[in-house]
Amino acid sequence: MQDVTIASLLSRFSPLAHHKPWPRYEVDAETWVRIGKALAAGEGDLLALWGEPKAVHMALRVASAKPCVISLAVAKRQFPSIGIHHLPAIRLERTIRDLYGLRPTGAQDERPWLDHGVWGVSAPLGPRTRTEPAVATGYAFRPVHGEGLHQIPVGPVHAGIIEPGHFRFTANGETVARLEERLGYVHKGAESLLSGAAIEKAGRIVARLSGDSTVALSFAFARAVEAALDIVVPTRAQVLRGVMAELERIANHFGDVGAICNDAAFALIHAHCGIFRESVLAATDQAFGHRLMMDVIVPGGVARDIEADGAGALIAMLDNVAPGFSEIVRLYDDTPSLQDRTCATGVVSRELVRKWAAGGHVGRASGRNFDSRRDLAYAPYDGVAFDVPVFEAGDVDARVWVRIREVEASMRMLRTWLAALPGGPLRTEMPTATDTHEGIAVVEAFRGDVLVWIRLAADGTVARCHVRDPSWFQWPLLEAAIENNIVADFPLCNKSFNCSYSGHDL
Amino acid sequence: MRTLLLKSLFARPVTIKRLAPDEIALEEVGRALEARTRRLFGRSITIREVDAGSCNGCELEIHALNNAIYDVERFGIRFAASPRHADVLLVTGPVTRNMKIALERTYAATPDPKWVVAVGDCGCGCGVFEGSYAVIGAVDKVIPVDLHIRGCPPRPIDILRGLVALMDGATRRAHNPR
Repeated sequence: MQDVTIASLLSRFSPLAHHKPWPRYEVDAETWVRIGKALAAGEGDLLALWGEPKAVHMALRVASAKPCVISLAVAKRQFPSIGIHHLPAIRLERTIRDLYGLRPTGAQDERPWLDHGVWGVSAPLGPRTRTEPAVATGYAFRPVHGEGLHQIPVGPVHAGIIEPGHFRFTANGETVARLEERLGYVHKGAESLLSGAAIEKAGRIVARLSGDSTVALSFAFARAVEAALDIVVPTRAQVLRGVMAELERIANHFGDVGAICNDAAFALIHAHCGIFRESVLAATDQAFGHRLMMDVIVPGGVARDIEADGAGALIAMLDNVAPGFSEIVRLYDDTPSLQDRTCATGVVSRELVRKWAAGGHVGRASGRNFDSRRDLAYAPYDGVAFDVPVFEAGDVDARVWVRIREVEASMRMLRTWLAALPGGPLRTEMPTATDTHEGIAVVEAFRGDVLVWIRLAADGTVARCHVRDPSWFQWPLLEAAIENNIVADFPLCNKSFNCSYSGHDL
Repeated sequence: MRTLLLKSLFARPVTIKRLAPDEIALEEVGRALEARTRRLFGRSITIREVDAGSCNGCELEIHALNNAIYDVERFGIRFAASPRHADVLLVTGPVTRNMKIALERTYAATPDPKWVVAVGDCGCGCGVFEGSYAVIGAVDKVIPVDLHIRGCPPRPIDILRGLVALMDGATRRAHNPR
């Protein structure tokens, strides 16, 4: 990754003082476009792209410098599109247009994304134009031409106990020629609720943007607030946060490994993984008083201590689950009929995951060696060594193996921390805000890196907060993964991604 | 795999049954449910789960009902892929504006007699999403709800308990139709 252009472009600007810990630059439209082109040329990763009423921002990661935020003041309600150069920006720009009414000029895809036409208001975070509380408008799916093609519409209400979204398959017999996703069904207007909220309330909202990643979301939110206000978190709280984040990771990975195998009709592994997951949740309940550990991580530290017998219960759980899991992993490895379904299915290329900067198992199964716990290191991970498994095949099988190896790595980390939890206080008092402060943080959730950006107003409330779920850069790749696979393998591919609908739709 | 299967033959069930209070509750819940279920639906009820806007936390716990620990099928409760096969809609929320039509259509596709259970603080009220332009709110603002199971998210055991309460309500309604 060469970042000559981006670094030299930014050397002309000086960062704003109140944005931490990454620099934020206010740039002109020309620089904005040139950075977009540099991203398209592979000079950096686009980490997020979001709006506010009179500005657009993007967060970047470049190889040789600190990650940064680039801001562009918006005039006449439009800004130059990055998406025409760098495809991963397209859905983000469609979202900015839906929510803020800012038009990405030059953008090819002018269809709305989250706005299905039924909010009764357009640009709810911008000019808030009243619209007829309308019947849902039609959506122009991309046309597919060819002989013998047929369409299969799926969703928004799916067959399983899963979240809603629409998949439009165009198939030729059994083979998928194209999948187009339509999302936004669970859009809850989170950004509007966050604007003006007290920090405590905002934290509770962010914790509920994707329930399966509630710990990671709270962790990222807390770290963004702490960065903005220069809060140092006590060591005990830092380690407890790590414990919870890794417990969330293994619980989800257990669930996913089981569910993927179940979608290949191999119910035995699913049954065992269900027991492992339940064992983790029973132990987290015992240790932290909540099965999903919601609202335990708060800005400044943690809201509650681990129960007196919590560490013991968690270690006992690990002792109990680990041998069984090894056995299940051996079973997976020794069952050719199962691997026949997972190997070479749903392949995502290395180029695509790099371009989309896809995090988590999606990226790491296709050779993208990135884990924010290591590469944007934060406490408590900066104090421990751990493996970041990376595979090359990019198929369902590789995504299963990333999860398996991560479970093993997380269990080792958990044992290290639980054996010697540091003492001391749980929470640092929040200072009284007197000025505008901005902070940004990235945390590795089980499915990839979550980013939270926050601006705190002088009265201590949240002026703006943007949360970017890892799914934003994974959903588009699912469309690529399924191409030329058979329709019956879609559940397998989809489960191997396990993107969040709620986290994406916000 | 053979060794694993052989081991499973001699392994004791992991399904919870006694000792801890929750386990006792589950056993009670199961028996009560079974008696009422038999009276109303022969031996089983079929549930269609609908996520009408949830954060997926509730879905995780509803999923857990199917694992070997709770094993909800032993009480005659099963989840179906289609509302046309369902007796009960288990709906999580808050109902978003973008999901309203889908929820209404799912309800319409469910044959009578049917019951609706709202699950979670968002499905029962609106949770933390109160006041947003994008949400309608509680499930009962869109379709009639027979039972509310609160919690954020409710534990699997709470959801089971709730289903028993539904059976009580359903029995009363069967005797005294509105």
